[in-house]
Amino acid sequence: MSALLSVTDVHIAYGKVEAVRGVSLDVAGNEIVTIIGANGAGKTTLLNAIMGVLPLRGRTTFAGIDMAPLDIEDRVATGLSLVPEHRELFGSMNVEDNLELGAFRIAKAVAATSLERVYALFPRLKERRKQLAGTLSGGEQQMLAMGRALMGAPKLLMLDEPSLGLAPIIVADIFRIVGELRSAGVSVLLVEQNAQAALQIADRAYVMELGEFVLSGTAKDIAANKGVAASYLGFQHEGESAI
Amino acid sequence: MNTTIMLFLLQDGITNGAIYALLGLALVLVFAVTRVILIPQGEFVTYGALSYAMLATGQVPGTVRLAVAMGLVAFALDLFFARKALHARLVIRSVALNIVFPVALLGLVYALVGPHTPIAVNIALALLIVAAIGLFLYRIAFQPIAHTSVLVLLIASVGCHLALQGLGLVFFGAEGLRGPALSSAAVTAGPLRFTGQSLAVYGLTVGFIVALWLFFGYTKTGKALRATAVNRLGARLVGIRTTLSGQIAFLLASVIGAISGILIVPITTLYYDTGFLIGLKGFIAAIIGGLVSYPLTAVAAIVVGIVEAFSSFYASNFKEVIVFTLILPVLVLRSLAAPQVEEEKD
Repeated sequence: MSALLSVTDVHIAYGKVEAVRGVSLDVAGNEIVTIIGANGAGKTTLLNAIMGVLPLRGRTTFAGIDMAPLDIEDRVATGLSLVPEHRELFGSMNVEDNLELGAFRIAKAVAATSLERVYALFPRLKERRKQLAGTLSGGEQQMLAMGRALMGAPKLLMLDEPSLGLAPIIVADIFRIVGELRSAGVSVLLVEQNAQAALQIADRAYVMELGEFVLSGTAKDIAANKGVAASYLGFQHEGESAI
Repeated sequence: MNTTIMLFLLQDGITNGAIYALLGLALVLVFAVTRVILIPQGEFVTYGALSYAMLATGQVPGTVRLAVAMGLVAFALDLFFARKALHARLVIRSVALNIVFPVALLGLVYALVGPHTPIAVNIALALLIVAAIGLFLYRIAFQPIAHTSVLVLLIASVGCHLALQGLGLVFFGAEGLRGPALSSAAVTAGPLRFTGQSLAVYGLTVGFIVALWLFFGYTKTGKALRATAVNRLGARLVGIRTTLSGQIAFLLASVIGAISGILIVPITTLYYDTGFLIGLKGFIAAIIGGLVSYPLTAVAAIVVGIVEAFSSFYASNFKEVIVFTLILPVLVLRSLAAPQVEEEKD
């Protein structure tokens, strides 16, 4: 199988402390893959390193291209896109400007159709298109961050904790949209603490603990795993310890 | 005091203030995009002014050779930093920008220079020379340390100022130069006489402010520059090259500086080190604008110009003291009003 994204034996260190140790994963085309795990397991670190925000040791290829010599801007051009945990919007610019900048690398004519598609996906953004990004609610900011990333017509969208700090009804909305991205031909690598929601929409899942993958498999199998259920889904099974 | 003197002083103040406004806007622009406090802005002014003045006398200014030399260094840096992933497109682009452009400029200067070269050609050549220097200055001195703290960038900036000022002494000598006026026309309105030169100052200042406003509000590149200023990581994540944004900011700043110099060199004699003081006045305006506000900077620059004109009339010995003292109450007020800000970490 030729994976869209393939990460092999990756180590990421902050100074002398290794935050991620020997992790390998892959994401195929039209696939939704999730990485679940507790706070501090190294999920965000891993996504940032795949994007090029942090340096890593190991091998990453995307769409057949070796990512090592490319910096963030070039990785974006290959169709890899990250919606970071802190969203990193342009707060003092309006919604439409934010979206247009998302298509910075894209031809103008293509960008116009992308804009229509993003507005169709997030009607709320269309209503607020002249509002400054910094004045949006948390949920709207998350939608804008996703919309901005989609404007660049990515092949793989990496989402870092999209549900963080949002009301349950908005979380449901966002997960529904993530599920819809597959039909638009976008693969998704989703990092989530909200394991239950993530496992519902994902095809496959990796469980991360203290910088290592301790378990991987189809989302269905992972959700059914008793250890995972105890640790991340809030169910307790008698006589079972954590993984 | 009589009204006529007051009008004269106001006119003088506004003319100088317009120049300070241009410089202040360039400082705000560069700081917003790159976090560099551009101390060498004054050198862009002197280089522009004196290169123009020398070209007008039919001499080749040393600045064009400096541009070629800086281009070579910039090219070497490009190759060094890209050594791990050297592809042809990158090398061609680097050769075109860092070698072909300054060498072509050198050739152009030698081909066109002469005592009878039209003023417009001399202006264009002077602007191109300083634009090249500004662009390469960013590539050589600031791009490799773009991720460091504001303090490190400031120290590098002071270093660039000292180096460029020293080179200025080599190129232009210790004696001052004056350039020919853009136009000898003049309009009289009541007691005031507006020379073509001062009208050009007003016109270009207003024109530049409008052009900058259109550029930042309506063009893709302008918006990308603003985005870089607002959120560097966010900008990189949508594929905006922050190094390119930095280059564009320095290019604009050096061109603005050179234009300011060309506008004032027919009015006052400029020396190799005059630019620093002029740049500092733009800096005061930029500080009053908090290094973020373009309109506030422009207004503050006019105020600085007017205060300078009046103080040079009433207490000419204390002219600079009075102007620079303006900054103190502003800093006190700002430090009281603003909450403590931690420096951003990269």
